[in-house]
Amino acid sequence: MVTISINDEPRQFPQPVQLEDLLQDYRARNPDLAFAIAVNGEFVPRTQYPQVQLQDGDTLDIVNPVGGG
Amino acid sequence: MSQDQLTSQDKLTLYGESFSSRLLLGTALYPSPQTMLESIQASRCEIVTLGLRRQNPKDRDGAQIWEAIKSTGCRLLPNTAGCKTVKEAVNLAEMSREIFGTPWIKLEVVGDDYNLQPDPFGLVEAAEELIKRGFKVLPYCTDDLVLCQKLLSVGCEVLMPWGSPIGTGQGLLNKYNLRTLRERLPNIPLIVDAGIGAPSQACEAMEMGFDAVLLNTAVAKAQQPALMAQAFGGAIDAGRAAFLAGLMQKRQTASPSTPVIGQPFWHQQNRQQ
Repeated sequence: MVTISINDEPRQFPQPVQLEDLLQDYRARNPDLAFAIAVNGEFVPRTQYPQVQLQDGDTLDIVNPVGGG
Repeated sequence: MSQDQLTSQDKLTLYGESFSSRLLLGTALYPSPQTMLESIQASRCEIVTLGLRRQNPKDRDGAQIWEAIKSTGCRLLPNTAGCKTVKEAVNLAEMSREIFGTPWIKLEVVGDDYNLQPDPFGLVEAAEELIKRGFKVLPYCTDDLVLCQKLLSVGCEVLMPWGSPIGTGQGLLNKYNLRTLRERLPNIPLIVDAGIGAPSQACEAMEMGFDAVLLNTAVAKAQQPALMAQAFGGAIDAGRAAFLAGLMQKRQTASPSTPVIGQPFWHQQNRQQ
């Protein structure tokens, strides 16, 4: 099993996961939400999503716009 | 030149862009997106700050607020609020640039959880890295002159020293340091950021010659946010006009404003004594 932390919530998968596959699900659930990605604390530009495969122990941060001061 | 011409030609210029308003307004803590929109409109601000956070699946306000902010047409100034390391700040800035499509970043690197004081060492390092990557950095900093000089030396063209810690409403706590910054950096846009609790405090900053004021909590947490936003807009305009007009020097002793010559009853008072 592969454990990936998504926004601090551990999720298990039978094998390493393509980032794009994870994001398809995310976009379907949040169609109107702008987002950006970091893997293991490093920003991943949109253009690089197809090249990213998430491994056991990886952390994925998905952030969205909020009000701020 | 008329007064109207003087004030209409008086623009705030940040990284080559000019603005009529000298108030930058935060978009957090409002009771609702609608209240935020009414406050932005009432303040007449042209720049708003905003942030990035992980979405709480139960909270749909994030999408609403973003849509509302976009609808204002204001210049966006994303922040790196909450970042404690250079790495966090740089990566959040990159994420902001991708989402918001702007190289402008309000750089925050928190050095202390208790008063949210900026970490001066991390701030300079992060600013230098972000400027190398093409960002236009507006650092939220303390009022320390040497820190401000270091930030300028790595390429910051605007500085945002605190009035007092974020959300405290304490106003301008260290006026000596703030005056020193203004005097020693006369050609650098200086924006007092954080700690402003009342329009009078914002007005005072502008009277001191600061170029603009950035605030959030004082408006968002007012009983009537839009009315408070209007009050801040007016106070900032008044303070700027007063600075341009030139304040009188303070004096230790009284000086009558009404002419003394021709004072009636004066001789009568002398006779009574």
